[in-house]
Amino acid sequence: MALSRFASSSSRSANILKPLPAVISFRRAISSDTTPITVETSVPFTSHQCEAPSRSVETNPKELLTFFRGMALMRRMEIAADSLYKAKLIRGFCHLYDGQEAVAIGMEAAITKKDCIITAYRDHCTFVSRGGTLLEVFSELMGRQAGCSRGKGGSMHFYKKDSNFYGGHGIVGAQVPLGCGLAFAQKYSKDETVTFALYGDGAANQGQLFEALNISALWDLPAILVCENNHYGMGTAEWRAAKSPAYYKRGDYVPGLKVDGMDALAVKQACKFAKEHALKNGPIILEMDTYRYHGHSMSDPGSTYRTRDEITGVRQERDPIERIRKLILSHDLATEKELKDIEKQVRKEVDDAIAQAKESPMPEPSELFTNVYAKGLGVEVGIIYTWLSLSVLMFLISFSCIQCCRIC
Amino acid sequence: MRGGKGTALTLRNIGRRLSQPLPPPIGRMRISSFSHTTCDVENPKSINLYSAINQALHIALETDHRAFVFGEDVSFGGVFRCTTGLADRFGKARVFNTPLCEQDNRAIAEIQFADYIYPAFDQIVNEAAKFRYRSGNQFNCGGLTIRAPYGAVGHGGHYHSQSPEAFFCHVPGIKVVIPRSPKQAKGLLLSCIRDPNPVVFFEPKWLYRLAVEEVPEEDYMLPLSEAEVIREGTDITLVGWGAQLSIMEQACIGAEKDGISCELIDLKTLIPWDKETVEASVRKTGRVLISHEAPVTGGFGAEISATIVERCFLRLESPVARVCGLDTPFPLVFEPFYMPTKNKILDAIKATVNY
Repeated sequence: MALSRFASSSSRSANILKPLPAVISFRRAISSDTTPITVETSVPFTSHQCEAPSRSVETNPKELLTFFRGMALMRRMEIAADSLYKAKLIRGFCHLYDGQEAVAIGMEAAITKKDCIITAYRDHCTFVSRGGTLLEVFSELMGRQAGCSRGKGGSMHFYKKDSNFYGGHGIVGAQVPLGCGLAFAQKYSKDETVTFALYGDGAANQGQLFEALNISALWDLPAILVCENNHYGMGTAEWRAAKSPAYYKRGDYVPGLKVDGMDALAVKQACKFAKEHALKNGPIILEMDTYRYHGHSMSDPGSTYRTRDEITGVRQERDPIERIRKLILSHDLATEKELKDIEKQVRKEVDDAIAQAKESPMPEPSELFTNVYAKGLGVEVGIIYTWLSLSVLMFLISFSCIQCCRIC
Repeated sequence: MRGGKGTALTLRNIGRRLSQPLPPPIGRMRISSFSHTTCDVENPKSINLYSAINQALHIALETDHRAFVFGEDVSFGGVFRCTTGLADRFGKARVFNTPLCEQDNRAIAEIQFADYIYPAFDQIVNEAAKFRYRSGNQFNCGGLTIRAPYGAVGHGGHYHSQSPEAFFCHVPGIKVVIPRSPKQAKGLLLSCIRDPNPVVFFEPKWLYRLAVEEVPEEDYMLPLSEAEVIREGTDITLVGWGAQLSIMEQACIGAEKDGISCELIDLKTLIPWDKETVEASVRKTGRVLISHEAPVTGGFGAEISATIVERCFLRLESPVARVCGLDTPFPLVFEPFYMPTKNKILDAIKATVNY
C-alpha cells in the first residue's frame, strides 16, 4: 500500500515519542482525530462504460478506527450467532456475513441514512451498519420480542425504517425490483438520495434483475445495483453458473465498476462515486469482489465445493479487518494493545447483548395473527373466535386429563 | 360469439335490476344497501363498466395527490379504455406506461390481461402480501392496488380469458375483489384503492362495454368483505361473483318458471370473504350452488363448499353443487362447451332441489 508523505512524517514523530507509550495513548485523541490521510486502494478499479474513480482514497484516523471497531463487532457478532445456532437458540435459517464486512462498513461511510439500502438474506451486518443494535439482532435471531421485527421475521427479515434499511429478503433476486422501485420513489419525490440494491452472484442471473435494470435505465432512476460476488451461489461456483461472471459488465448499456470488496476504503470510494453517478446519470452496477468464510448457511459446511486452503488463503491475504489493522498500525494511529482492547470490548458487548436478548420473551401467541392485514381490517376479528375456541378446547382437554389422573 | 344484441339488452336490464335498492334486512341476514354514502339519485348517468372504472380512477387521483396509475399502454387509455383522459388531466408524472415488465405512495397498477399476471406472482405473494407481517409492521405494501381484466369474452382463447382469482385467494395478506356491474365497480375500486392492504381487483372484461347501469357521479365507496344478496329466495342459495352472476340470474329466472325460488348472492370480496352472509342464507334454504368460470378443481368454489359444509352440515339437504369451468386450459373453439352456461346451472339447480 502506498503511503503518503504526511503519514510517514507522523510515524517519524511517533518514533521519537516511543519511550512514553502510556502518555501517548492518553494524549492521542484518536477516536476524534479527523486529520486527513490518503491511502491507495489495494487494486485499481476496473470500469465498464464509465471512467473509474481514482485509487487514492481520503480517510482519517477516526474513520479508520470506526471501520476497525465496526468490522470487529460484525465479525464477533456473526461468530456468536454461529455458536447460538449450534446451541439451538437460533432456529430456522442463518446466513452469515463474516468475511464480507468491508462491503457493509465501506458503503455506510459513503452515504447518509436518507439513502436507502435493500439487500437479500445475508443481512445481519448491513442492519448493524445502518444503526441497528446488537440486542435487536440477537433478539430477532432468537425470535424474541425485542427483535427488530418483533421476533416475526427472523434472520432473513431484518428491517430498520428510521434509517431506510428495507431488509432482509428470502426470495433470491426479489429485492432488486423493489430496490429500483425505491429509487423510483426517490426520483419521484426529488429527494436527491439514492438506493443501493444488493444481491449476490447467484441472483445476478435472475430475469427480474434485468427487467428492473431496463426500467431503471429507461427512466434514469438513482438505483445502484451492488453485486456482492463471493464467488459461490450456495454451492455453485460462479464459473458454473454464469456464462459471463464479469457481473459489473452484465448491465450492458448500464455502466459498471469492479471493486475489491475486502478493502473497506475501496468500497467507500466506489459507493461515493456511484452515488454521484446515479444522481446525474441513472443506474450503475458495482461488483464487490468479496468472500464469505462460512458456508452459504448454517446447514452448509462450506467445504464440499471449495478447499480449506482457499478459505485460509483468503483469510491470510485479504481479510478486511487485518487490512485495516495493518493500516492503523503502519500509520501509528493506535498500538496493537489498543486494538486488542477494542476487540475485547467488542466481545464483551456481544456477550452482554446475547445475555440481554435471552431475557427477552417470545412473542405473544396472538402475534401469530397480527399484521396479516392492516389493523382492524380482515382476519383478526374472525380469527379471535377460532383462537378462543382453541383455548377452550385446550382447557377442556387438560381438565379432562386431570380428571383421568384423579380416577387413576 | 357470446353477447349478441339480445343478450346486450338483457344485460342492460339486469344492470338496472341489480342496481335497485333492496328491501330492509330480514332476521340475521345482512343485506347491504347499495351504498353507505348518500347518493344523488337524480343525477346518475347511464354508463358502462369501463367508464365507471375510469370515473373511479379520476376520483382516486383527484382526491389523493400521492396516487398514481401505471401499466402497459395506460397513458393513451389502455386497451380497454379504462384509463382514458387520466394522463391528460393528471400529467405524465402520475399516469405512465411501463414496458413489458409484469414483475415491478398509492400505486394503482394495471396488468393488461389477468392471464399475464403470473410473472408478477412472486412479487405479489412473497413481497406485497407478507411485508407487513415479516417486518413487524415497520413496512407495508398497503398502498398497492392491482387491476386486471379477467374472464371469458367469447373469443379470447387461452391467454385472454383466464380467471386466476383462486391462486390469489390462497394468500393471507392480500385482498381479492371482483365487481359485477358498473356501479359496484366504481364504489369497490375506490374502496380498494383506499384500503390499507394490497388488493388485487379483477374486472370482468366481458362487461366493459356490455354492462350499462346508472352510476352516481360523485365519490362513493362500497364496503369490502361484505357479500350482497341480490335476489331473494327460499329454495336454494346461489353464490357467485363478477360476470357469472348475470348468467346465474338468467338461470334463476328459468328456475322460477319451474317453481323454484332462488336466492342469489354476490360475494364481491373473495378474500377475506363474508362467510356470515352465505351461512345465514344456507341456513334459510338448506341448499347451495356455487358457480365460477375458473376450472372446478381447486377453484374458489371449493373453499366456499368446504366452509359451508363445516358450518352447516346438519342443515344441508343436498350436497354442495359447483357449476364451473372444465378442468382444461381455456379453449378457443370449445369455449361454449367449457363455460358454466345458464343451462348447466339450471340443470344443477333442479338436481339439487330434487335430491
